[in-house]
Amino acid sequence: MRKIKELIIEKTLMTSALITIAVTLGIILVLSIEAIQFFSEVSIFDFLTDTQWTPLFTEKHFGILPLLSGTLLTSFIAISVALPIGLTISIYLSEYAPKAFRKAVKPLLELLASIPTVVYGFFALVVVTPFLQGFFPDLAGFNSLSAGIVMGIMIIPYISSISEDALHAVPASLREASYGMGATKLQTAFKVIVPAASSGIIVSIILAISRAIGETMIVAIAAGQQPRLTLDPTVPVETITAYIVQVSLGDVQHGSLEYRTIFAAGITLFTFTFLLNTLSYRIRKKYQEKYE
Amino acid sequence: MEITMENPKKKGVVLDSIVDTSLKKTPKIETKNIKVWYEEFNAIKGISMSIKPNTVTAFIGPSGCGKSTFLRLFNRMNDYVDGFSLEGKIKINGQNIYKKNVNVEELRKEVGMVFQKPNPFPKSIFDNVAYGLKIQGIKDKQLINDRVISSLKQVGLWEEVKDDLKKSGLALSGGQQQRLCIARTLAVEPSIILMDEPTSALDPISTAKIEELIFQLKQKYTIVIVTHNMQQASRISDYTAFFYLGELIEFNKTKNIFTNPEKKQTENYITGRFG
Repeated sequence: MRKIKELIIEKTLMTSALITIAVTLGIILVLSIEAIQFFSEVSIFDFLTDTQWTPLFTEKHFGILPLLSGTLLTSFIAISVALPIGLTISIYLSEYAPKAFRKAVKPLLELLASIPTVVYGFFALVVVTPFLQGFFPDLAGFNSLSAGIVMGIMIIPYISSISEDALHAVPASLREASYGMGATKLQTAFKVIVPAASSGIIVSIILAISRAIGETMIVAIAAGQQPRLTLDPTVPVETITAYIVQVSLGDVQHGSLEYRTIFAAGITLFTFTFLLNTLSYRIRKKYQEKYE
Repeated sequence: MEITMENPKKKGVVLDSIVDTSLKKTPKIETKNIKVWYEEFNAIKGISMSIKPNTVTAFIGPSGCGKSTFLRLFNRMNDYVDGFSLEGKIKINGQNIYKKNVNVEELRKEVGMVFQKPNPFPKSIFDNVAYGLKIQGIKDKQLINDRVISSLKQVGLWEEVKDDLKKSGLALSGGQQQRLCIARTLAVEPSIILMDEPTSALDPISTAKIEELIFQLKQKYTIVIVTHNMQQASRISDYTAFFYLGELIEFNKTKNIFTNPEKKQTENYITGRFG
């Protein structure tokens, strides 16, 4: 009787694990099939080199570069905001802050990541953009700057929290050794602790980038919907994710070429985030071995 | 094991020259009625002691007797412990090290420390030894280079590592790591070296090497060592202090402590009847 019970539990657990894997594989499969069909009509060369993305216009162009530049530009701005702030926070919390303060503040910071992104999107559109327009009158109503900045605020906890864990995991004996040599707190933090935790910090940055690239709502609301190959942060752009939202909500016909552009864009996005996540996984593996 | 005692740069610190010349018998470390609390817990209950220059002093006693706490007072490592408070005076080279305006970083350059578990930085062997100099802002490559080599020679590690100074310090064996940590401490040229059970994580051969090293270092440094190993204390130290429950029970020449202890408690401990 007991054996049967054990068996049922074991199989149930295994099934749940398998379902997860099956769903993931299913998504990849659908993405690939539709993308392959897309690429039977549009050459990969054009897709990667054409500088215009106008699949919904009469004169169709299928160049992913404008969407890619929109995605990378907003993500770059986000990381430029999140990295210095996140890293400063993590070093302060791990090396300087009293224990009680650290315990109280860390969960609060993580709260930043739990605010619905649609709220962030509106915040960017109705607060940050008008505010920035006070400094840059030429700033368009939709632009990658405010979307990027707000996205940066959203991903701060990815960097601060994971980096702080990495810094905190550096053995206390290294701190003692450094203090014992006459090093100050600042010297110890930057010459010993940060280098020793570097792999964990790099992982946090990669995960944050991955999150920024995949972020949809903020950019869809605040960055605009105009595919444009530009590095100018003050004009409207469109990211891969925002494009997918735009087409999904529109009335393109299922099975049409326009419809399949979603999957072509989707697989591009997937490739990026997959590579980044794999990279961070590899680094984390190496890092775990170091301290065990 | 070859140990050379040469030193590229003679230190110009006033305190050192006092010790080197006429006042050889002046205590290097002097404590007066030291009491330590962690929150409400009274860890040290009034210890007075003076330690002579160029001697090896061993602190022995059962776990929790306060010997490590007492040792860590000399370079103010307890400052980081939550709830730590101190009463009494500690003078090193005649200066009260717990005075308000004391520069703790400067103190630690004078009073080096070697820890229980070898704790090299995850840096190259060279950078490990050069660390103390670099944080002092020394940029002179020749000086750093010379100091790294002489420190590694002093701990007898030079022959073993001279061809791979770029290798990570963590790639060395436990015993080598501990000697690297001692070299790292010597590179800053302290006059006192505190050792907190430096061989407790090492095998007997590595332990023997470190003990031999301590014996050599005595000529130039004042060494205070915490140990759980009675044989070690009797082998390497000139003076031995026996601690029990936060009190200094007996402090005397090592020979006397081990052959003819004055207190019954000391005798019981060193003969293994308790502790």
